[in-house]
Amino acid sequence: MITIRNLHKQYRKLHVLKNINLEFDGAKKCIALIGPNACGKTTLIKCMLNLVTPQTGEVIIFGRNVRRDSEIRRLIGFMPQAANFPGHLSVEDTFRLIRTVRGDQNEADDELYQSFHMDRIATKKMGTLSGGTVQKVSAALAFMFRPQLIILDEPFAGLDPLASAILKEKISKEKDNGKLIFITSHVLSELDNLASHIVFMEEGEVLFYKPVRTLLEDTGEPAITDAVMKILRQTQHE
Amino acid sequence: MNNIAKIIFLDILKSKITLIYFIVLALVSWISFLLEESQSKAVLTVMYIVLFSVPLMALLYSTIYIYNSKEFITLLLSQPIKRGRLWGSIYTGVSGSLCLAFVAGAGIPVIVYSFNMTGFLLLGMGIGITLISVSLAFLIAVYTDDKSVGIGISILLWLFFTLLYDAILLFLLFQFSDYPIEGLTMLLLMLNPVDLARLQIMLRLDIAAMLGYSGAVFIDMFGTTWSAVLSFIVLLAWIVIPYLLSLKRFRKKDIV
Repeated sequence: MITIRNLHKQYRKLHVLKNINLEFDGAKKCIALIGPNACGKTTLIKCMLNLVTPQTGEVIIFGRNVRRDSEIRRLIGFMPQAANFPGHLSVEDTFRLIRTVRGDQNEADDELYQSFHMDRIATKKMGTLSGGTVQKVSAALAFMFRPQLIILDEPFAGLDPLASAILKEKISKEKDNGKLIFITSHVLSELDNLASHIVFMEEGEVLFYKPVRTLLEDTGEPAITDAVMKILRQTQHE
Repeated sequence: MNNIAKIIFLDILKSKITLIYFIVLALVSWISFLLEESQSKAVLTVMYIVLFSVPLMALLYSTIYIYNSKEFITLLLSQPIKRGRLWGSIYTGVSGSLCLAFVAGAGIPVIVYSFNMTGFLLLGMGIGITLISVSLAFLIAVYTDDKSVGIGISILLWLFFTLLYDAILLFLLFQFSDYPIEGLTMLLLMLNPVDLARLQIMLRLDIAAMLGYSGAVFIDMFGTTWSAVLSFIVLLAWIVIPYLLSLKRFRKKDIV
């Protein structure tokens, strides 16, 4: 489904991604991309969306190279870390805009739209919304057009506990529906019961890529947080 | 007009700064025409104000707008849309709204009081300078990642075109007045769109004598028709070339 080969990215002197090779096949997966701040998580995601051009290497999604094919993004839903919309645009106009930009005729998936009660704020201007509400709008947008691949960059930052729970439920549901979901996070406890695979990155390199079950068995810990901590301590001792 | 352009167009029209821009232009233009008895003097006054304020607003506002829309541009680029098309839509939206604010502000009094070629030329030059400034602002914003540096550059560019350039030109003219530098003077005038626009309007006003040296050289070298055609081509180049350069960069830019 997704093949990432020999990916190198350098911003001037800063080497952000160092030879990333990953392969994600099959659906029904929720892949958590974790690691400390500035380890290259967001850059890797941006390479998948062709927002950032790597020096070498390629990203192939559904057999198509993202560099050459802008239409591939029709199959991707993306929720950015921080969203910002023109202030005078109303909430419903925002949804309408993205729909026309995508040229999407299919019936929309408005489950998140409903459960976040977007209809109550439909006529409000984006400029008057709080940061968390804007996050809800961009989360609802990421799922709305039934994409096969959903990329969420720090989705829970800024969401209240109730909204986080709704979003988590939606992520699990879409995973079971056969979608491939990518989440970056540095708050590991959020990923328990959600992630099926873990990609751990540090300083631009992939430290490990494992199913969560294997990770827990290998370390003998009950939760992702403890398991990752244990591995980190081990690597530091060596 | 496509959807993104329309939304940016309306977003800018509804902003307070655009409203203030419109009010200031309208106020100054109406007052100039009402108070000044000679029509051509009034056109001259409005021209000076337009050529001073339009590039400032268009350069600064467009630069800031691009920086503030960074996240929105990122979100749009994660949709199935070609980069070139998005950049074109943003350009259409930004320049369209600024042109409309200019035409509604300064255009109405100009057409009411000076319904002739000079009046239309003034409007055309105002629109031309708006388009040029937006092109240059796009070029600055796409090449400078740091917002404060980008805004600084656009203020400097405005100062350069409206004030410094003339001072340098005059200095050169005095220094080399003993040499035949008409050709060079012409070339230098062409390189500043604001000067070029001013010259075109002044030639129409039959006060070219007031222009002294450069005006005389201009008429001498090209005659009025040829100078108009040539100036039009140069102004067009000032719109198209910076835009194409910014587009080329935007197509390959890393959206960090």
